Amino acid sequence: MGERKKLSTKERLKIPRQPMPEQDPHERIKNFREVPLGYTPELAMKEAQRCLQCPDPPCVKGCPVEIDIPGFIKKIEEGDFLGAVRVIKKTNLLPAITGRVCPQDEQCEAECVLGKKFKPVAIGNLERFVADYERENNLIEIPPRESPKGKKVAVIGAGPAGLTVAADLIQKGYEVTIFEALHKPGGVLVYGIPEFRLPKSIVQKEIELLEKLGVEIVTDFVVGKTATIDELMEKEGYDAVFIGIGAGLPWFLNIPGENLIGVYSANEYLTRVNLMKAYMFPDYDTPLIESRRIAVIGGGNTAMDAARTALRSGAEKVYLIYRRSRKEMPARTEEIAHAEEEGVEFVFLTNPVEFIGDEEGRLKAVRVIKMQLGEPDESGRRRPIPVPGTEYEIEVDTAIVAIGNSSNPLLLQTTPDIETNKWGNIIVDPATGKTSKKGVFAGGDIVRGEATVILAMGDGRVAARAIDEYLQTGKW
Amino acid sequence: MPEIVKKTILNRDVCRFEIMAPRIAEKRKAGQFVIIRLHEHGERIPLTIADADPERGTITLIVQGVGKTTRELNNMKAGDKIADVVGPLGRPTHIENFGHSVVVGGGLGTAVMYPIARALKDAGNRVTFILGARTRSLLILEDELKGFCDEVKICTDDGSYGKKGFVTDLLKEMIEEGEKIDFVIGAGPIPMMKALAETTRPHGIKTVASLNPIMVDGTGMCGACRVLVGEETKFACVDGPEFDAHQVDFDLLWKRNRAYIKQEKIALERYLKMQQGATF
Ligand SMILES: Cc1cc2nc3c(=O)[nH]c(=O)nc-3n(C[C@H](O)[C@H](O)[C@H](O)COP(=O)(O)OP(=O)(O)OC[C@H]3O[C@@H](n4cnc5c(N)ncnc54)[C@H](O)[C@@H]3O)c2cc1C
Ligand code: SF4
Ligand code: FES
Repeated sequence: MGERKKLSTKERLKIPRQPMPEQDPHERIKNFREVPLGYTPELAMKEAQRCLQCPDPPCVKGCPVEIDIPGFIKKIEEGDFLGAVRVIKKTNLLPAITGRVCPQDEQCEAECVLGKKFKPVAIGNLERFVADYERENNLIEIPPRESPKGKKVAVIGAGPAGLTVAADLIQKGYEVTIFEALHKPGGVLVYGIPEFRLPKSIVQKEIELLEKLGVEIVTDFVVGKTATIDELMEKEGYDAVFIGIGAGLPWFLNIPGENLIGVYSANEYLTRVNLMKAYMFPDYDTPLIESRRIAVIGGGNTAMDAARTALRSGAEKVYLIYRRSRKEMPARTEEIAHAEEEGVEFVFLTNPVEFIGDEEGRLKAVRVIKMQLGEPDESGRRRPIPVPGTEYEIEVDTAIVAIGNSSNPLLLQTTPDIETNKWGNIIVDPATGKTSKKGVFAGGDIVRGEATVILAMGDGRVAARAIDEYLQTGKW
Repeated sequence: MPEIVKKTILNRDVCRFEIMAPRIAEKRKAGQFVIIRLHEHGERIPLTIADADPERGTITLIVQGVGKTTRELNNMKAGDKIADVVGPLGRPTHIENFGHSVVVGGGLGTAVMYPIARALKDAGNRVTFILGARTRSLLILEDELKGFCDEVKICTDDGSYGKKGFVTDLLKEMIEEGEKIDFVIGAGPIPMMKALAETTRPHGIKTVASLNPIMVDGTGMCGACRVLVGEETKFACVDGPEFDAHQVDFDLLWKRNRAYIKQEKIALERYLKMQQGATF
């Protein structure tokens, strides 16, 4: 391990942003393997040299969990990769995951001073590199556990929010049980985000670590059905509960023909492929509709994931239909670029008005209308307005609706004393994650609506601290 | 992993399983179902909870071997383990004392209706069960139903047992004979449920059908189970599986259930071939 090189700012500025090696687009659409291949140690150290070690680093303010970014980058430059990952893990438990899925281009990298004149430091790539280094070399350390506190915490939902709460509280000496509705823990990380963007073995490793720490994970347990929160607290002796059930109720467009065979929600399509491995049918039992031409509707990460999954599932043609223009697309820049390189055809300023089927009720086309952008709406983005007389049909046999999710009422119906807002999201005190029900905390997408992995993890961290305090003091 | 505690062969295609699932056994109510996955490569399929024994911690599933997964399950035996059983899912049947309730079970639909008939009886209804199947050997649960129903009427398509004809013929007869019927609930093949709705519609008899759409998660997360009820799209796994039969679009359900017909055939043929390979 070396010293940080004595380079002048000028010399540092001369180093170009180190590109991430990637699988070739022509090859990768034939497989589900990860697209970016990761930095080599040399590339990582070179990229780390670009960081100016700003005294009041703006990148840190752009990070929802305030990772000491220059701190960990300095360690990389010195060749101390393990030291770097330890810096990150002080505030971010799952860097191998966030390094891959965080919207760095809107967060840390958007604030990086280099970005004004040059390209920002590739913070996400560096984060990913050190986390992979630690995992691939079997250097992950099992953190120590404080002595048992004799109290039990139930975590509902094994997504990033729930996993973070569990990890923090088990280390504090609580008994932690995670209840997960599906047969596999991970939440969106396993059923939503595809293998080629986030290898499931990485998520698996993190979950194994939790189990080694002593977290009990109970799958196939739908809270609200298998047992209610009140039952968990009163009958089964849980002293506190954290709700991290995500935003799991897919929106549809509410246009004619939406129940035709071949019209999927992105949740269903991605669950079939990622969780159930439909791309390996008939080796795996879950099928997908055979299809050649697919339209994906939406412009977020989910839409990109669905489009790129569709390509890999053998479609000849994949359209991505989005009602605004490229500029407004909420997906990560990298995913948009990847989708484009892979041959997804973007159809901007266009919105479906009807799905058209054959006698058997199978989708054969989607009728769309052109849009133009009007005045900005509440979200600050310009509102799309249909242009009369511009309707036409696009021939497709599958359509994947990826326009968002709202909160799933299944659990909350059985817990009327937890207050929600008009969209069904749980109302919490943002400083603690406390809900209106004593002993019950919440965080992640069920509170924020569809947000991000890092925000869900941040919420988990905040709630874990508050749960610890509540269980120590008994004060609500 | 939940263990199969007991297996009984009811007829050539249908088996009854008692499966260790104490939490579900304790919680389940008539009308609810579980989703199971047999093994790591398995698909998730819904199965009605036909009965439960909370003391022993078991639930009863009655399975007709139609496609690959159900045949594979029917080839399993006591002591075998199932990777996943999750539930109880869906809304329980709305049970009250309607007066005279007619419960209709066609084929395997009988397994779905069995716990509901029992709950209706327990709530004080006079219960007539109309039990139908293609042929005598496919009739199930006759003795069990006769044990508590006020009356069990039986029919087979081929006349090999009971009346020759469809369950709806028997129901029509009852209506025509002027019997007072306050509530009808049924499950079975989709054409049967559709016919059921058409039989009671002109008489304004409240009629409920238990639907069997394709499902994946069973918790409202995916929308695979979409059905059209009146003008509204519903997710059968959370809003159902029972709906007002007079409002259900059965033609759509029929079509949607055929979505994977090609893939189902491939999977089944492959499975049967592998089985042959294993036996010979
Ligand atoms: C396809 C897709 C791509 C995405 N891409 C990105 C990205 O690139 N970057 C990014 O930052 N974010 C991305 N997101 C958003 C991100 O995944 C979510 O914001 C994040 O996962 C939310 O975490 P969570 O822990 O709140 O919930 P989730 O990850 O949704 O996990 C909730 C868990 O709770 C379980 N559950 C639900 N109800 C119950 C119940 N009643 N009982 C027991 N368990 C229950 C669910 O099965 C699930 O496992 C993406 C989302 C999708 C769908
Ligand atoms: S803003 Fe950019 S250059 Fe400055 S410390 Fe952060 S990553 Fe380094
Ligand atoms: S089966 Fe997925 S929503 Fe009903």
